[in-house]
Amino acid sequence: MDSFTQRRRRDLILAAVLAAIAACVPFFVKDVYVQNIMVLTLMYAALSQAWNILGGYCGQISLGHALYFGLGAYTTALLFTKFGVLPWFGMLGGGIISALIALALGYPTFRLRGHYFVIATIVIAEIGFLLFHNWDYAGAALGIDIPVRGDSWAKFQFTRSKLPFYYFALVFCCVAWFITWWLEDSKWGFWWRAVKDNPDAAESLGVVVFNSKMGAAAVSAFLTAIGGAFYAQFVSYIDPESVMTFQFSLLMALPAVLGGIGTLWGPVLGAVILIPMTELTRSFIGGSGRGVDLILYGTVIVVISLARPDGLLGLFSRRPASKGVPQ
Amino acid sequence: MGLLYGLLAVGLALIFGLMDVTNFAHGEFLMLAMYLTFFLFMFWAVDPLLSIPLVAAGMFVFGAVIYLVIIRFAMRAKANIGMVQIFATFGLAILMRGLAQFFFTPDYRSIPASLLGGKTISIFGVFLPVPQLVGALISIAAFGALYFFMKKTDFGRALEATREDAGAVALVGIDKNKVFALGWGLGSALIGLAGGVMAIFFYIYPDVGASFALIAYVTVALGGFGSVFGAFAGGIIVGLVEATTAMILPPSLKSVGIYAVYLLVVFVRPRGLFGSI
Repeated sequence: MDSFTQRRRRDLILAAVLAAIAACVPFFVKDVYVQNIMVLTLMYAALSQAWNILGGYCGQISLGHALYFGLGAYTTALLFTKFGVLPWFGMLGGGIISALIALALGYPTFRLRGHYFVIATIVIAEIGFLLFHNWDYAGAALGIDIPVRGDSWAKFQFTRSKLPFYYFALVFCCVAWFITWWLEDSKWGFWWRAVKDNPDAAESLGVVVFNSKMGAAAVSAFLTAIGGAFYAQFVSYIDPESVMTFQFSLLMALPAVLGGIGTLWGPVLGAVILIPMTELTRSFIGGSGRGVDLILYGTVIVVISLARPDGLLGLFSRRPASKGVPQ
Repeated sequence: MGLLYGLLAVGLALIFGLMDVTNFAHGEFLMLAMYLTFFLFMFWAVDPLLSIPLVAAGMFVFGAVIYLVIIRFAMRAKANIGMVQIFATFGLAILMRGLAQFFFTPDYRSIPASLLGGKTISIFGVFLPVPQLVGALISIAAFGALYFFMKKTDFGRALEATREDAGAVALVGIDKNKVFALGWGLGSALIGLAGGVMAIFFYIYPDVGASFALIAYVTVALGGFGSVFGAFAGGIIVGLVEATTAMILPPSLKSVGIYAVYLLVVFVRPRGLFGSI
């Protein structure tokens, strides 16, 4: 146990150092385009961390997290545009709504296993997408344009600079990381790993499998919705296409998978590699409209998932190298 | 339409049930088959009806190659095997879509005229579009052939056996990779059939597969993984449900009915209608 405690302390220190470095980066990087990518990277790192709680630690592979993301974004945007409620409350409200919906959906879906569960999550998110697509009050297919009402932290709108968004994303990312770090060593964390490895055995040992899945789903959905609320304010325009599609669910899971699922650092590492790559390929060679960016992106995903099934984090594994037989 | 969904799903079911692999590039396989039909028509003026066997053969080779090049390695993964498969095939899907955009451009294409295109036939006063009717007939024939194939031939039995227990099969001298590669080929050939038929009455563009892929997954899961018959029955149900929903709800919501039925079925019976695993 001692080495486990030591490792956890080391993780915490490493996280603090990285966060401090990340906080200083904007002093040296003034380019707005690069800052934009940094914001997105941090956001996806946090989202992927949220996905990782349910998908990685608890082993319930959800490919429908776009639903929670969209709910967060829509709750914030609707409350703000229709009732003038400040985005901060919208964010919280979206989080709570998403967590409640995750619990309600978890009730039937957690009885499903394997492919049946994965497909159910996709299908549920798709239903959400179609409903929002046809919901006139929420702008239907046209979406919602969030009007500019100022430039302040109170209204969570910043027109002059991307930096406040960057710092919010950094805090969000740190919070998501810290929650994962904290849960990893809690009763829940052990339950989740037990459920992931062998639900039947866990059940027989007294782990309430169903409840622990529900807990993971609620935390995961809450954090995802916060990300959605942030995204709505960041881009100030949302429509079902941009926040609720299946592609989006995959984008949340991918960093964790590339980095190493069910690990503390996997989502962060994955996002740092994947998001800049996606954005750069899209803007530098995607403009031609001929899909070269997709070709590259797809190839990288195939190669990484085949070459490093346990994620890139496996490269830095503390286990002796001889154990990992090269494939 | 339901029979076509069935055909589309049977190909997927074969791959799904065969080795528990989720092929997220399923829709892109369909897209490729449709383009193959299109180009055979454009360059060599082969009528879609005649090119269907050619496309199926081409897809057979393609599927087997994909298995040998990608899936074989994905299945060898020791950790997170489910995720590796999902993301390897998902990456493949993006790659194929990108390649399609690159080589075929994102334009919408359609086959202007064929032996069957745009014709209707009247049976007992009900007008039916001929392409759909032929598609349905081909689906039934293909399903019958597949059913016979799975139950009566050595290869079919080997496939079933490998699905049951790959380890034990290796002991009696069956090459797992060969069987799986053939299974992938066969599954892809069925997608080829479906694509060949669908090319007659759908627009063809690089993203066309995506719109059918989710319905195919739902169809398979509805019928139950590992059950070829279930996939076919699922297809018919999905077709009927879609037609019914389209009458009640606005057209853009017609898939909601399918998804709702799927959820209802698996909540009541978590193994799908005919699932046995």
